[in-house]
Amino acid sequence: MSASRLKKIIEGNQQKNKLTKVPFLSAGFPDRNDFWKNIIELSENGADIIEIGVPFSDPIADGPVVAAASQNGLENGGSLDYIFDGLIKHKSRIQSGMVLMGYVNPFIQYAWAEACRAASGGTVQNVVAESLKIFTAKAAECGVDGLVVPDLPLEESGPWLEALKPAGMDLIALVGPNTGLEKMKRYAASGVGGYVYVVSVMGTTGVREGLPPEVTDTLRRAKEAFNLPIALGFGLTSPDQLKAIDADVRPEAAVFGSALIKHLAAGGSAADFMAPWNE
Amino acid sequence: MKGYFGQFGGQFVPELLIPPLVELEEAMAHFLPREDFQAELEDLLNNFAGRVTPLTYCPAISEQLGLRLFLKREDLLHTGAHKVNNTLGQGLLAKKMGKKNLIAETGAGQHGVATAAAAARLGMKAKVFMGSIDVERQSANVERMSMLGTEVVPVEDGTQTLKDAINETLRYWIAHQADTHYCFGTAAGPHPFPELVAHFQSVISREARAQMLESQGALPDYVVACVGGGSNAIGMFRNFVDDRDVKIIGVEAAGTGEPGCYNSAPINLGRPGVLHGQISMLLQDEAGQVLPSHSISAGLDYPGVGPEHSHLHSIGRVRYDMATDDEALQACQLLSRAEGIIPALESSHALSWVVKNAAEIKGATVLLCLSGRGDKDMDIIRGAMDERRERNKQ
Repeated sequence: MSASRLKKIIEGNQQKNKLTKVPFLSAGFPDRNDFWKNIIELSENGADIIEIGVPFSDPIADGPVVAAASQNGLENGGSLDYIFDGLIKHKSRIQSGMVLMGYVNPFIQYAWAEACRAASGGTVQNVVAESLKIFTAKAAECGVDGLVVPDLPLEESGPWLEALKPAGMDLIALVGPNTGLEKMKRYAASGVGGYVYVVSVMGTTGVREGLPPEVTDTLRRAKEAFNLPIALGFGLTSPDQLKAIDADVRPEAAVFGSALIKHLAAGGSAADFMAPWNE
Repeated sequence: MKGYFGQFGGQFVPELLIPPLVELEEAMAHFLPREDFQAELEDLLNNFAGRVTPLTYCPAISEQLGLRLFLKREDLLHTGAHKVNNTLGQGLLAKKMGKKNLIAETGAGQHGVATAAAAARLGMKAKVFMGSIDVERQSANVERMSMLGTEVVPVEDGTQTLKDAINETLRYWIAHQADTHYCFGTAAGPHPFPELVAHFQSVISREARAQMLESQGALPDYVVACVGGGSNAIGMFRNFVDDRDVKIIGVEAAGTGEPGCYNSAPINLGRPGVLHGQISMLLQDEAGQVLPSHSISAGLDYPGVGPEHSHLHSIGRVRYDMATDDEALQACQLLSRAEGIIPALESSHALSWVVKNAAEIKGATVLLCLSGRGDKDMDIIRGAMDERRERNKQ
């Protein structure tokens, strides 16, 4: 099996002293066609990795901007099938690494009926494992490199790591200001991959004015615990915010969602949004 | 598996919520077994909330149905329902943990009022999240919370009901966990909440079982309770689960009852899924999006159910049936007229099961959890009866 494509992308940029840019968009936002137009435009304008949000009815880790985009995407039919169809259709025009960010339930329900037949007489956990197997095979076939699952902590991630591995996909760990070094080390040992998503603040997704001072400590712990590149997210609006972070713990990648969504909702283009990040 | 009841339960929450859940679990292990904690809680339950609640025999309905019906009177508790058993327990625990604030979700407002009362009594600050639709349709409870010094925060997201209020409370908790305890209202949510809530609610069956033995010299043949999230039911079932001869019945809300209608019966009509930190039976569409729920009783109006109920169902220990809006209304009227007790529409679902199945359980001794009183439902009951009268005219 080949090494993680996501890790390779970030390490390639690192060698060129370049920040890896990871924009996030909710599937189906603002509508079924413009979503793919924006994804292609992001790919053509410096997005090294793209995180596509899988809309869910009950997004407990999202702030108001992403939650509203997710609700809008849901109303436009932004399902996993919609994402898979689009990824195949636009394959030749999307060069970025591809990550799906979504909540547990839509993923485990992807092939529930089929999984029930396959796991006939088995436990709920057997059905979940079967469904994830079918889902990851399909996702890998569509070019998905990894998953970020905000409501899946280490404690519940065993079956997911097992399902993703044979498909060559990474489960990306999410850690934050209250994740201790020991817990981070346990994540690192569990087999998570790609990059480590460091949450900058104790809160939900969304734009913040500045980054809190404790972000430096969180990044320092993450660098010590993981042998993976670090992506910082939750609250990023401009590349200047990263310059304020001590050079020795500066993240290799930056994730921006709410700021991009706001920019698009106000009529801006994806290319314009990416411009300052490419300087 | 840790935090599971058989195949159900778990901790499906962001990593950022794991530390406060671990802190809570450690506090439970430390404080709950302590005698001084238990004595303090017992004093609150007995002298503030009004425990021990009576066991009431219903002579008229018993004769009419040909069985013996006993009610466990949680409706007589302070704030009008079983909810206060849990909020006093969690409030006291949170205070021992050094937390200054309680936050809670509420649908009908009963858990919100019970949290507000516990917070006031314990000298803590409370903030209650409530879907904006519920704020409008349960305005009396919003006023009670305000009167008790609690801030009510309307939630405008999603379906603007209970499940969205839980989402918002979880979000708020992520950011405020240092000094704030989430006083979860039902025996659901991420581990350890289902165990914690069941622990505090099991006082219902601890008392009721002893009262049956003392007054009747025998255990009941049937134990019946309504199931939304399932806190009164798990409190009523816990101490009877090991009594193999006692048949246990949980009653879910079927909504209006037509095929395909919105309902609140995930055990009967849903399939396993993950919502609010747990894997349990869930109302959802094919893609795993959570469906809106419906019941005439706001306290049962929830698309999920606590994991211990899904477990008790999967092993066949508890039988879960359904009652419709209309059946609950009729049962509500029956108890009011025959016995002089106006039950909450939630508890009326449980009673309607007894009425509907009277032939099957003829001669049996039935113990029913009357989880709350119906005062809060008068507007809804009046509206529904007017509607029915109109329907019958046509």
